[in-house]
Amino acid sequence: MAQVSMTVNGKAASGDVEGRTLLSSFLRDTLELTGTHVGCDTSQCGACVVHVNGEAVKACTMLAAEAAGAEVTTIEAMANADGSLSTIQQAFQDHHGLQCGFCTPGMVMSAAALLKDNPTPTETEIREYLEGNICRCTGYHNIVKAIMAASGQDVSSIAAE
Amino acid sequence: MYDFDVEMPTSVAEAVAALSQEDAQALGGGQTLIPTLKQRLASPSVLVSLNGIAEMKGVCIGEDGQLCVGGATSHAVVAKDAAAHFAGLAELASHIGDPAVRNRGTIGGSLANNDPSACYPAAALGSGATIVTNARSIAADDFFQGMFTTALDEGEIITEVRFPIPQAANYQKFLQPASRFALVGVFVAKFADGVRVAVTGASNDGVFRWTEAETALGSDFSAGAVDGLTVSGDDMISDLHGTGAYRAHLVGVMTKRAVAAAG
Ligand SMILES: Cc1cc2nc3c(=O)[nH]c(=O)nc-3n(C[C@H](O)[C@H](O)[C@H](O)COP(=O)(O)OP(=O)(O)OC[C@H]3O[C@@H](n4cnc5c(N)ncnc54)[C@H](O)[C@@H]3O)c2cc1C
Ligand code: FES
Ligand code: FES
Repeated sequence: MAQVSMTVNGKAASGDVEGRTLLSSFLRDTLELTGTHVGCDTSQCGACVVHVNGEAVKACTMLAAEAAGAEVTTIEAMANADGSLSTIQQAFQDHHGLQCGFCTPGMVMSAAALLKDNPTPTETEIREYLEGNICRCTGYHNIVKAIMAASGQDVSSIAAE
Repeated sequence: MYDFDVEMPTSVAEAVAALSQEDAQALGGGQTLIPTLKQRLASPSVLVSLNGIAEMKGVCIGEDGQLCVGGATSHAVVAKDAAAHFAGLAELASHIGDPAVRNRGTIGGSLANNDPSACYPAAALGSGATIVTNARSIAADDFFQGMFTTALDEGEIITEVRFPIPQAANYQKFLQPASRFALVGVFVAKFADGVRVAVTGASNDGVFRWTEAETALGSDFSAGAVDGLTVSGDDMISDLHGTGAYRAHLVGVMTKRAVAAAG
């Protein structure tokens, strides 16, 4: 066991971890931030995407020890300060971008990473960016639409809801 | 996963010293190694992370005009920072896996792993790169020694990869959509003194050069020059995604597409 310290959602966080402790386990089990989901645990599904120093990473495929000193942001920090939904989260609700919601934390974190680098992505760019985020419910269409809408673009030409 | 200790050296020298411990193993981006450890297919006692070593990160142009990529440079950084110098390589990096994989996965990890369906081995072999380690420089032609096998010794780490910059180059990846690796990928590079063609995803021996196509393209760099050339499917990977014959056919198709796209 070794002590690891990092900044999670703007606050100092530390805990004892084994070498093999994954960042996803540290967030969920030690810090009890269970918004980060673990779907596959094999770096395929993207449900566990968080930001480490501003970059989207799969928390199930990074060791907690490697995040020492890093700034980590999880879905728990995405809402506005007053608790209302962020623009991306609100767009997911408005455009039915979720059904069971299991993939949603990863989808929102990936969407936020995309929009940071590319504020008005095309539909193709959104679909390509979400290549590592799997959703078993929605068929992706409304997720793409929600992200388009969150970026302030007109989504009336994107058909079905 | 079996448990292990994690060390985070900040220099190549420290990393090499740490790797001399019994059952120590290098950790790059972990995008291959962590899933492997979860399956208990490896049981190192110490993982030596290469991610805190500044001298192993980034892209630059060397004095000899070659593109140098630090061994611990992520795919995302290569996609961005190599674009102005070697667009074919940057393009390849920008299509490895997905964005989160590209933010962690490194060129050194990819080459050291030598997955028979990985993209970077095709770029390294196809452009005649030099793989620089803590101990020596290895030509790509000597580095890849069959599926998941390389010339690296125990504890040896890839510190840098040096790419001669071709006049034109392109990589065409026929996506295996479930794994996001290449079902077949072909890297074509045209230099003043000839053309190199490297194929990944197809052979049971891992990445290889298609020398017949290199000769044909050397005298006529056009997709038509590859017409009539075939590779045998006998020693090719056959799995539920495609037979050896199918992959052999794709080698020709992807080579033509790469030549056409390289221009
Ligand atoms: C969902 C998914 C999709 C992927 N798609 C693709 C794809 O399309 N194309 C593709 O090419 N790859 C793909 N990959 C693999 C990815 O590129 C990995 O990042 C890469 O194969 C391994 O690099 P790494 O830095 O993560 O290495 P690690 O997983 O950390 O290590 C892999 C091996 O290399 C060794 N090693 C690491 N760094 C060094 C070094 N500098 N010197 C010597 N040895 C070292 C380790 O000891 C280990 O044996 C994918 C991976 C995932 C999870
Ligand atoms: S839980 Fe991490 S990618 Fe699926
Ligand atoms: S909403 Fe159910 S997995 Fe995406």
